[in-house]
Amino acid sequence: MDHGHEHGHVPGLNHQYEDMAQQSDTYIVGMWSFLASEVMFFGALFFIYTLYRWNYQHDFYVAHEHLDVRLGAINTTVLLFSSFTMVMAVQSAQLKERIRVMGYLAVTVVCACIFLTIKYFEYKSKFEDHLYPGLSFADDAVKAFGNHALENGHVAVNMNHAQMFYGLYFGMTGLHGLHVLVGIGILLSLIRLWYNRANTVIHDYVPTEMVGLYWHFVDLVWIFLFPLFYLMPLPH
Amino acid sequence: MSSTDTTLGELHPQPHREAPSYLDDGHTIASWLLTGDHKRIAMLYLISVTFFFFIGSVAAGLIRFELTSPAGVVLESETYNKIFSAHGVTMVFLFLVVAIPAVFGNFFIPLMIGARDLAFPRLNLASWYMFMTGGLCILIGYIAGGVDTGWTFYTPYSSLYSNTQVTLVLVGVFVSGFSSITTGVNFVATIHKMRAPGMTWFRLPLFVWSMYATSLLLILGTPVVAITLLLVIFERLFKLPIFSPELGGDPVLFQHLFWFYSHPAVYIMILPAFGVVSELIANFSRKRIFGYHFVAFSSIAIAGLGFLVWGHHMFVSSQSMYESVVFSLISFLVAVPSAIKIFNWTTTMYKGNIVLHSPMLYAISFLGIFTVGGLTGLFLGSIGTDVHLTATYFVVAHFHYVMVGGTMLGFLGALHYWWPKMTGRLYNDTMGKINAIIVFIGFNLTFFPQFILGWMGMPRRYHYYYFAPEFQAYHVMSSMGASVLGLGFILPAFYLTMSLINGKKASSNPWDAHGLEWQTTSPPPTSNFLETPIVMDEVYDFDPVSEHEQDMKDQAEHPSDEDQGHMPGGGHH
Repeated sequence: MDHGHEHGHVPGLNHQYEDMAQQSDTYIVGMWSFLASEVMFFGALFFIYTLYRWNYQHDFYVAHEHLDVRLGAINTTVLLFSSFTMVMAVQSAQLKERIRVMGYLAVTVVCACIFLTIKYFEYKSKFEDHLYPGLSFADDAVKAFGNHALENGHVAVNMNHAQMFYGLYFGMTGLHGLHVLVGIGILLSLIRLWYNRANTVIHDYVPTEMVGLYWHFVDLVWIFLFPLFYLMPLPH
Repeated sequence: MSSTDTTLGELHPQPHREAPSYLDDGHTIASWLLTGDHKRIAMLYLISVTFFFFIGSVAAGLIRFELTSPAGVVLESETYNKIFSAHGVTMVFLFLVVAIPAVFGNFFIPLMIGARDLAFPRLNLASWYMFMTGGLCILIGYIAGGVDTGWTFYTPYSSLYSNTQVTLVLVGVFVSGFSSITTGVNFVATIHKMRAPGMTWFRLPLFVWSMYATSLLLILGTPVVAITLLLVIFERLFKLPIFSPELGGDPVLFQHLFWFYSHPAVYIMILPAFGVVSELIANFSRKRIFGYHFVAFSSIAIAGLGFLVWGHHMFVSSQSMYESVVFSLISFLVAVPSAIKIFNWTTTMYKGNIVLHSPMLYAISFLGIFTVGGLTGLFLGSIGTDVHLTATYFVVAHFHYVMVGGTMLGFLGALHYWWPKMTGRLYNDTMGKINAIIVFIGFNLTFFPQFILGWMGMPRRYHYYYFAPEFQAYHVMSSMGASVLGLGFILPAFYLTMSLINGKKASSNPWDAHGLEWQTTSPPPTSNFLETPIVMDEVYDFDPVSEHEQDMKDQAEHPSDEDQGHMPGGGHH
């Protein structure tokens, strides 16, 4: 058992650790702690959403009619598939199959980009119908929400509450989108590390797994966002 | 096995090989600003938080000066609002939350557990940069006009009405919040996985336990306030409706989310001080801490219960009565672990060989002041008395007894205790003692009259009190106390700086204390220990009986080198 300073020759091992096992364990604990923090971050948002949806069930239902379930479903599939390719990338990292790792990571990045592109078109359609918060919010309720907004020929939806719905929609999906964007950056730098055969990644699969954990977390948030925003049952 | 078998009870023999101390490992500015060394980053933090503390203190001085007259002295009402907001924001977000963890936690967690560094050195440096970026945003916000919302940023005032620099300051708080989260992540990973061989959980110094509890709060609480403040920023910038009452949003929801973090934040501020006091009391009583497990677990209990009491800030904020009753009861419950600590520290001192060096004086002051702060907290946790006392100077006095009397004294105690280890120099201990007494007197003179003021009905955050000139005597007393207290904060800057110039060189263990951090040189080498220490002994193992046994064992094993490496507490049994 040698605790001296002669460990410098172990490639990929940082100076503060005794051995690779300790380094990997520490990485994993750190990553999960960070994810716990992220859970609280989004947890607060889900809490706010739950409270307002509970209070304004009908208005939220009408407001959600503008969301396109098909696009949401496609995006869900794309992200689930990207989680699969991420798992495969980690698996390949364990087997030290460098080319495969880069391939799977690249597919994951492509999925993330598809997700954001679809999201862009969704946002665009909201903006075209003035569904962004502010004074000009949804000046034409019927155009925006269809006939659900009407009751006996009159607009029967509280536009203020509908605006709250879109405030939450943009806030929550926006922050999720930001996490996807950050994820793309991390994935690209991971690909670069693998491409350069950096010691950080080729001797130890754990850094790749950490990126994987982050990516699964981002997917998981979407798995909650999708049903909460897109798949609402008619109240009562 | 190349490691030296050392025990906590023994002084590590002075290293044979001379390793340069961390202070001598590069003298360029880049070697400091791009360092990964936790000790250097801790020093960067020490300088930064001292600077921010100075800004917050100037604001405090202005407040106290203004209140010496019932009609105000120099400030306009609007300016006064900005000054007390600047005081609160700076002190809470840029000093109290950060100070002990980022300075002493950073410096001493690896040393105390026998690690070469924190788990993620670059993340640690990044967290300092985030902190400085946040601090810079907040300072620019002050210069560009300041904020008038108070440090609590209650909506809808902060989101709809205030046309001061709320957005910029909130961005600053948000960014520095991420620095807290990364610090917490770093500490948790380090404490879990990087302990030296033999350093079991129940051999950890209590400071490390309290840092662990603090980290849990940082990791789980900070993101909630981060998102809440971010939503207020969005509301101001993009009119994103979340808390807007005019659209059916709930401004009280902001208060719930804010206090969900900010009550635990109180424990983020006080738990590190608890940890410091545990170290000081045990080491300067030359005695094992009484009920180690209770003190350790009470930190965790406080961290857990701390998340369940936020509603006691909202007894008068339209919260349901039943909710308030539950919050009130849980608030009483959280007093229990705090009391356990106080009793255990007192019992530790009982029949100990108390050595009154200056750090110990701060610790003893802490005991008295924190007890008053804690007990007056119960007045505010009871619904009946709180309705009368809420938003009065009673609240102000209470939380200053906890924050200044608790955290600030803990900070000063830690600074005096670990200064020789951090800098390698001894300061003038007599000056330290005199200063501890000045701080104690100044502190009580400042804040005790505020209890009376609050009880008489003086509202907090008021610019003047011409309606009740009889309050003036108490206000003047408080302002005089603040001057004394100010002196107590300025003096250490002088004698500690002097010690760098002409202080005597500190030995490895100038206080005869126990703990791995005292086994390496002062100041420590960059890698902390030349050999990874192996821990074979309990922490604070001052117990004369067990030391005697250790002696006997040592003698049996090495009859020849009996005189060498004797235990530091040796003179006391």
